[in-house]
Amino acid sequence: MQAQARPAEFAPWNDPNETPLIRFDGVTKRFGNFTAIDDIDLAIHRKEFFALLGPSGCGKTTLMRMLAGFEAPTEGQITIGGKDMAGIPPNKREVNMMFQSYALFPHLTIWDNIAFGLKRSDMAKDQIAARVDEMLRLTRLERFSKRKPHQISGGQRQRVALARSLAKAPKLLLLDEPLGALDKKLRQDTQFELMDIQEKTETTFVIVTHDQEEAMTVASRVAVMDNGKIIQVDTPPRIYESPNSVYVADFIGDVNLITGTAQLGQGGAALLTWAEGQPEIIGTAGEGLSASAPATFAIRPEKVNISESRPECVNNVVRGKIHDIAYLGNISTYHVELPDGQIIKAQTANNRRLSQRMYTWEDEVYLSWTDTAGLVLAG
Amino acid sequence: MNLGRRTLIGIPYLWLLLLFLVPFGIILKISLSDIALAIPPYTPTLDLSEGWQGIRSFFAALDFENYIFLTEDDLYWRAYLSSLKIAFISTLLALAVGFPIAYGMANAASEWRPTLMMLVILPFWTSFLIRVYAWIGILSNEGFLNQFLLWTGIISEPLQIMNTPTAVYIGIVYTYLPFMILPIYATLERMDESLLEAAEDLGCSRSSAFWLITVPLSKSGVIAGCFLVFIPALGEFVIPSLLGGSGTLMIGKVLWEEFFNNRDWPVASAVAIILLLILVIPIILFQKNQEKEQEVDA
Repeated sequence: MQAQARPAEFAPWNDPNETPLIRFDGVTKRFGNFTAIDDIDLAIHRKEFFALLGPSGCGKTTLMRMLAGFEAPTEGQITIGGKDMAGIPPNKREVNMMFQSYALFPHLTIWDNIAFGLKRSDMAKDQIAARVDEMLRLTRLERFSKRKPHQISGGQRQRVALARSLAKAPKLLLLDEPLGALDKKLRQDTQFELMDIQEKTETTFVIVTHDQEEAMTVASRVAVMDNGKIIQVDTPPRIYESPNSVYVADFIGDVNLITGTAQLGQGGAALLTWAEGQPEIIGTAGEGLSASAPATFAIRPEKVNISESRPECVNNVVRGKIHDIAYLGNISTYHVELPDGQIIKAQTANNRRLSQRMYTWEDEVYLSWTDTAGLVLAG
Repeated sequence: MNLGRRTLIGIPYLWLLLLFLVPFGIILKISLSDIALAIPPYTPTLDLSEGWQGIRSFFAALDFENYIFLTEDDLYWRAYLSSLKIAFISTLLALAVGFPIAYGMANAASEWRPTLMMLVILPFWTSFLIRVYAWIGILSNEGFLNQFLLWTGIISEPLQIMNTPTAVYIGIVYTYLPFMILPIYATLERMDESLLEAAEDLGCSRSSAFWLITVPLSKSGVIAGCFLVFIPALGEFVIPSLLGGSGTLMIGKVLWEEFFNNRDWPVASAVAIILLLILVIPIILFQKNQEKEQEVDA
């Protein structure tokens, strides 16, 4: 889930001297009474592969359409390359978009589809031809240039849409659920292809997706959105390992959540009182956690150990009964029921072939985790 | 193929055979006959009681005399040409009026579309004849239009619209407009709106996106609409006789006069056969063109 292809030093968002390519300053968008975007501030840098992630209706598409110029903000300001975008129509922006439906022109050949934007500029004819051929090569579509969109496969159409939106060498490329229509295997291949193309063309990509795995795979940074607000903007490992809220922890990946009351410990640790007669859980304190306030302990299933006998030298140990086993091939997930009825998921990698399953239903097991494996989050 | 399938496919063929091919055969036969003062008013009639001899003499009596006659009298040529011209211009006018209406309907808010659709179809609820008569009341020298224009002071003398080609154009465009609007509306409504956004995103202005995307993609609807207007307009008889007066020459009117005034069924049938050929040729060409396009696609 955390395939980071980018070199570690690419982090312009940490450099105070870098001016971002895109800035949102207090942007709000209302449709009638409905607030789609609620007072957002955001900075996106050059050459970034930036993902807007959230459930449907969270405002991520509206945010993207404002960048393309199809919607104007009700309040606030959007600047691209230092220029205020208010009142600039889509055809006057150095921004191109790849549509979710691909929006390929059905009456034009693949070649003419890719050339469409170039023909609207004042580029010379032979230059247009050279550029189209270059795009066809980049997306491996040379053989299909004479075909019409309905004569090629879905994956090929997706590449035509990408080639067409890249042809004008935009400053910023917007991708609206670009892989949503592809099947799973093709989608995974295409994700890496997208990253390759983004690196080759050095274009800033902003991708909208509801698929967290996709966002984690391709993006240099991910913005998790909910109800028109941005909840967290961070790199994929930080989004996964250090979510700033229960919402983000729950939205990204699989997580066990235990609610209780927090107490602050020493050196960034926190204690969670969660059930009568159970020892307190020790974890890392999350952002904005205050003492004696309701809190939630969040831990990823792969960080929970499962054992037959009580492990030594670990503070966090609970006992339970195996309720369910999900065998996924590469990993197995055990659903363990605690005495109070809560279910905790523990994951183990199946790194030996055909090994006898160690645990079975109704087995009494111990679950344990280290002091820093989980986070105690406010709320 | 099982019996059920055969029957299902057979029904439209039977329909075509009974209601198109058989009547066509009868008209074709009459067009090759001679006029006669009898009932029916033509010879020969097939007399099967004489057996093989009767059939042979029946076929021997058929000839192309009536078709030759059509080429000799320039009335027919002029009527065909005038009909073609009127039908062609009416089709263009209907397209010019119908396309913006269809475009407006397709872009209207979705809750309005059924109402607009209803308004387009509503005139069909009244008899065609009554609607054409109503235009006499509007267009005649003492009609509403002239009275209104005189009242506003734009004109000082009534405009002569009735009994001119203008009245015929108005009548045809009015009558056949829904046939133009509906197929165009169907193609425009189906069109994916993101195509226009994509065109704009790639540097088109709104108006150039219309010409580069909307117009080419509505081609099939425009062609269907044009055929639906052109074909009935070419053979139109009621509108030119009610609104066009004696000055408007159209083949539908000539046909009617041959049948009912002259009682010359053979010549009238020949006129009808030629009219049909004039209509069939463009349709076949259109079909061929469609097939070729599909072949290129495949």
